[in-house]
Amino acid sequence: MLRVQNLQVRYGAIAAVKGISLTIERGTIATLLGTNGAGKTTTLRTISGLIKAAGGTIHFGDRDITNKPCHEIVAMGIAQAPEGRMIFSNLTVKENLRMGAYLRKDRAEIQRDLDFAFSIFPRLKERMKQPGGTLSGGEQQMLAISRALMARPGLLMLDEPSLGIAPILVKTIFDKIVEINRELGMTILLVEQNAHLALQIAHYAYVIETGQMVIEGKASEIAKNEDVRKAYLGET
Amino acid sequence: MKTYSSKLYLFVAILTSLLVSFFQDEINPYYFQIIIYIGINIILATSLNLINGFAGQFSLGHAGFMSLGAYTASLVSSTLHASSGNPVDILILPLALLLGGAVAALAGLLVGIPTLRLKGDYLAITTLGFGEIIRVVIQNLNFLGGARGFTGIPKLANFFWVFSVVSIVVFAISNLINSTYGKGFLAVRDDEIAAQAMGINTTKYKVIAFITGAFFAGIAGGLYAHFISYINPQQFSFIKSIEIVVMVIIGGMGSTVGVIIAAIVLTILPEALRGIAEYRMVIYSLMLVVIMISRPQGLFGKSFRLKELVAKFRRPPMSA
Ligand SMILES: Nc1ncnc2c1ncn2[C@@H]1O[C@H](COP(=O)(O)OP(=O)(O)OP(=O)(O)O)[C@@H](O)[C@H]1O
Ligand SMILES: [Mg+2]
Repeated sequence: MLRVQNLQVRYGAIAAVKGISLTIERGTIATLLGTNGAGKTTTLRTISGLIKAAGGTIHFGDRDITNKPCHEIVAMGIAQAPEGRMIFSNLTVKENLRMGAYLRKDRAEIQRDLDFAFSIFPRLKERMKQPGGTLSGGEQQMLAISRALMARPGLLMLDEPSLGIAPILVKTIFDKIVEINRELGMTILLVEQNAHLALQIAHYAYVIETGQMVIEGKASEIAKNEDVRKAYLGET
Repeated sequence: MKTYSSKLYLFVAILTSLLVSFFQDEINPYYFQIIIYIGINIILATSLNLINGFAGQFSLGHAGFMSLGAYTASLVSSTLHASSGNPVDILILPLALLLGGAVAALAGLLVGIPTLRLKGDYLAITTLGFGEIIRVVIQNLNFLGGARGFTGIPKLANFFWVFSVVSIVVFAISNLINSTYGKGFLAVRDDEIAAQAMGINTTKYKVIAFITGAFFAGIAGGLYAHFISYINPQQFSFIKSIEIVVMVIIGGMGSTVGVIIAAIVLTILPEALRGIAEYRMVIYSLMLVVIMISRPQGLFGKSFRLKELVAKFRRPPMSA
């Protein structure tokens, strides 16, 4: 469904991504792992058109989306819950969700997706009329994920949904990610530093370091890999 | 249902403006002038609020757009008025206003596009420079009267025209802001990257804010010119821009009601303080400083609650 080939991204003179390739199969959860500054967010933002690629190609389905404007890419069906959540703090929870469906015109279907979002995250329903900025970190993450879902995407990208959230809530959120994948057959690209959690729910995993792919494989196998265990799962 | 009732409000507001205009000669001319200025300032402040408050672009060039509208409209009406008979007179002002608005909107487009990459201070300085360039250029154009000013503009603007435009601006902007499309402005202001990630074309929004804001500023300029019948470049200096910005900031960026109230108060205040008119800028600056320290979101900005205000005054002073 998504095919990234030899992607290169630079910030001025700095090369942040140096030739990454990855593929995500329809209906699966793929995770992109790596430590701080590995280039995960950069990769994700380049896929979504927020940053221009310096080289390589990105295909979504059979379409070449490399360096297309962001709004075209969203319209084709790639949505994201960005790093740091980026909630519209002055808009209410409901308005935030409505913004997720910004490019859609099908009112009835939008309402249905809104109900679905409220069914997986009932807390959002309780806080529907509250400004997004007043939510707790965990609630904002739920909102960020639901907001991305409101685009009714073919590919959902999540950038570190566990970032700065209490462990119990992280567990809930990861359960919901699995639920979204199963119930909707949603294809998901999950960017994480928390390799332990991500490998539990993902089908396939990619590990990058300073902009380069170091290892890839089935999540279950990566989880067993000695090097990965040492480097990312805190084992000695 | 909602749009139906707000359309009704618009209709009633325009009708009321028309009715009042029949009696406008009964009003004390001095008060009448202040009322007209209030109307013009409401148009200026609410339209700038679209750029500064809703789209989050800090523009300091509103007087520039205003002057483009004022001069264009005056040129149009002076030419037509001289050469026509009475029957078409009624159409001269709307035509002049629309053309004035169009020229200002075009300038808004021209300023809007190159300034999109600029943020905050840089944008403010660039737009300030733009306003001053317009002023200096007009000062040197003889067919517009140069520094001496443009005289003999037909006195066509009355209560009806000014307050119909006020009603239309307020109606248009509040409807815009309550639509999903309009919420896009707030999204862009809150978080530009997230807005982009939702598929919002942020560039388009900023340009639209500039064009629409400039258009209404141009119309306000046209109304002003046709009310006082004499304009000169000095009336549209950056001091005028700052006056409008102060209204927006004090009213609360992004709050239409707050900005309207601020426009009313800040139009009356200098008149009430006529005796110390020279200190107007000092008073404005002081007000700004005080408000920025005590209520950064403006008097009527988001989270305006009486309870909070009371609590604020009750709270014992913190020891440092
Ligand atoms: N706007 C920017 N300008 C310059 N360099 C940047 C910018 N954004 C990121 N970088 C650099 O690019 C590299 C990759 O950053 P990126 O944000 O993609 O990492 P990441 O894997 O998402 O890290 P984290 O887990 O901390 O979020 C880093 O070295 C970072 O310093
Ligand atoms: Mg990151």
